[in-house]
Amino acid sequence: MSVDTATVAKIASLARIKVSEAEIEAMVPELNGILAWVEQLGEVDTSNVEPMTAVIPNTLRLREDVIDADPLTGGNKRDAVLANAPAAEHGFFGVPKVIE
Amino acid sequence: MPDTSNSLTELGVAQIRDGVANGDFSAVEVAEAFNANVAAAQEALNAFIIATPEKAIEAAQATDAKRARGEALGKMGGVPIGMKDLFATFDVQTTAASHMLEGFKPQYESTVSQKLWDAGAGMLGKLNLDQFAMGSSNETSYFGNVISPWKRNDGGNAALAPGGSSGGSSSALAARLCPAATGTDTGGSIRQPAAFTGTTGIKPTYGRCSRWGVVAFASSLDQAGPMARSVQDCAIMLEAMAGFDAKDSTSLDLPVPNWEAALSGDMKGKKVGIPKEYRVEGLDDDVAKSWDDGIAWLKDAGAEIVEISLPHTKYALPTYYIIAPAEASSNLARYDGVRYGLRDLPDGANLQDMYAATRAAGFGPEVKRRILIGTYVLSAGFYDAYYTQAQKVRALIAQDFAKAFEQCDVILAPTAPSAAFGLGENVDDPLKMYLNDVFAVPASLAGLPAMSVPAGLNREGLPLGLQVIGKAFDEQGVLNAGLALEQRAQFAAKPEKWW
Repeated sequence: MSVDTATVAKIASLARIKVSEAEIEAMVPELNGILAWVEQLGEVDTSNVEPMTAVIPNTLRLREDVIDADPLTGGNKRDAVLANAPAAEHGFFGVPKVIE
Repeated sequence: MPDTSNSLTELGVAQIRDGVANGDFSAVEVAEAFNANVAAAQEALNAFIIATPEKAIEAAQATDAKRARGEALGKMGGVPIGMKDLFATFDVQTTAASHMLEGFKPQYESTVSQKLWDAGAGMLGKLNLDQFAMGSSNETSYFGNVISPWKRNDGGNAALAPGGSSGGSSSALAARLCPAATGTDTGGSIRQPAAFTGTTGIKPTYGRCSRWGVVAFASSLDQAGPMARSVQDCAIMLEAMAGFDAKDSTSLDLPVPNWEAALSGDMKGKKVGIPKEYRVEGLDDDVAKSWDDGIAWLKDAGAEIVEISLPHTKYALPTYYIIAPAEASSNLARYDGVRYGLRDLPDGANLQDMYAATRAAGFGPEVKRRILIGTYVLSAGFYDAYYTQAQKVRALIAQDFAKAFEQCDVILAPTAPSAAFGLGENVDDPLKMYLNDVFAVPASLAGLPAMSVPAGLNREGLPLGLQVIGKAFDEQGVLNAGLALEQRAQFAAKPEKWW
């Protein structure tokens, strides 16, 4: 499988990365080079193999259903959460108008 | 009083810890000596994104005060370290070497860095790296290339790569800007830079060190580990970094062994596997010779050498370059110009335009390349052919190791296929750059502990590393084999100071 300029433009749009026509032109052969190389995986017989989901066997834990179980990740952190926001307004994250 | 400032920076973690505890020198003297080296090398090596000399002094003063009160100083008491700028540090800029996070000051501390401070370490600064840890040469940092302190012995003056992504860590260690540094390893990012610079580093079993507060690249692979100038120093620092953390869902709920106390270079009764698939055609002569040296050293230490097979080795790299970008494309979706980091809001732009403009401006070319590859392999219609197939091959690679470990205790291989290359030599060809990690990636895909120790110099006078890969949870076996190599390699070379 290989990509063309339209496909790269589509992927970039899905990934929310603005790219110029010239950038797309440059990316097509680069991405095709990488994709052609990874396609060798197709020659491996995996018909009886389950895809790996956890590299080291582990069980997912549930935390206790209590507020502020860990104060580091608990509540009442509004100012800390907003401290690095590019546009914090009135205790919220500011974004451009979404509804016309 | 004799001037010890120069000799202090030659000391490693254990020597500093013990010297401070014994009162041979103070922690503040140590911090001042390293602070001076950091400042003097910054322009030439660019190993740090920011230096934090005041943090190093503050921690050292606390250690000296503890000692005056007769209190225990901690596993890393009095040891100043470099912190890879992938670890969130409270109110200290944390960038992942990206424009996206330039100026970002976390309001929390990563678990691993907090553990190190709790153990008595101090911070010399935030170390440069490949942007979002994506690279093998430290040439993708938004804050400029890191330069290796090493030079070829050909009389030329070519600037060499310190490896990547933990290139600031490796360069700083080799240049004696710090006695130890944190690294992170997703597909070789601790081991390959260690090999390139004649330093030592271990990636522990996946889940040993908490990922909480580490800027995410590929979460099923990302693992933090120590980098230092000896196996013992790595063991000490890993003890301080490791441990269960409820805030990381894949953290291992296991006690942290006392690795340092159990160190032994005696390999009697141990079997060392030599994977035949790693003897690739066209393997560099010097790398092949260093591998043979390593085999002889481990035999000398009492080990039995056995040939093993890891049949899916050749598929490890392409598997990695599906899985890592797929996870990266998902992880890096968080950079949206809303909650933290860069925002690029062109005139009249709507929310979608802002996302796209922000991400275009905030990510470098390699990061974009990987996000696009990841987005493609996860997209409808291609998911099974690429991503699911890669996860299946990953399972086969892990099975290869499981079978091999029925025949041996540890595996010995080269760390990288070559010594350090020159800056700019591989940047135009992503595939050629990716091949640097051909020996490092399989252990990452299988989540296994693996370390690199210096083996010697090649004909150009550049360091080569040997890699030890162990069974899951058997960091001790890896460290012990590493120690056996270290004791016999007697690696004492260091770069001649030019910076």
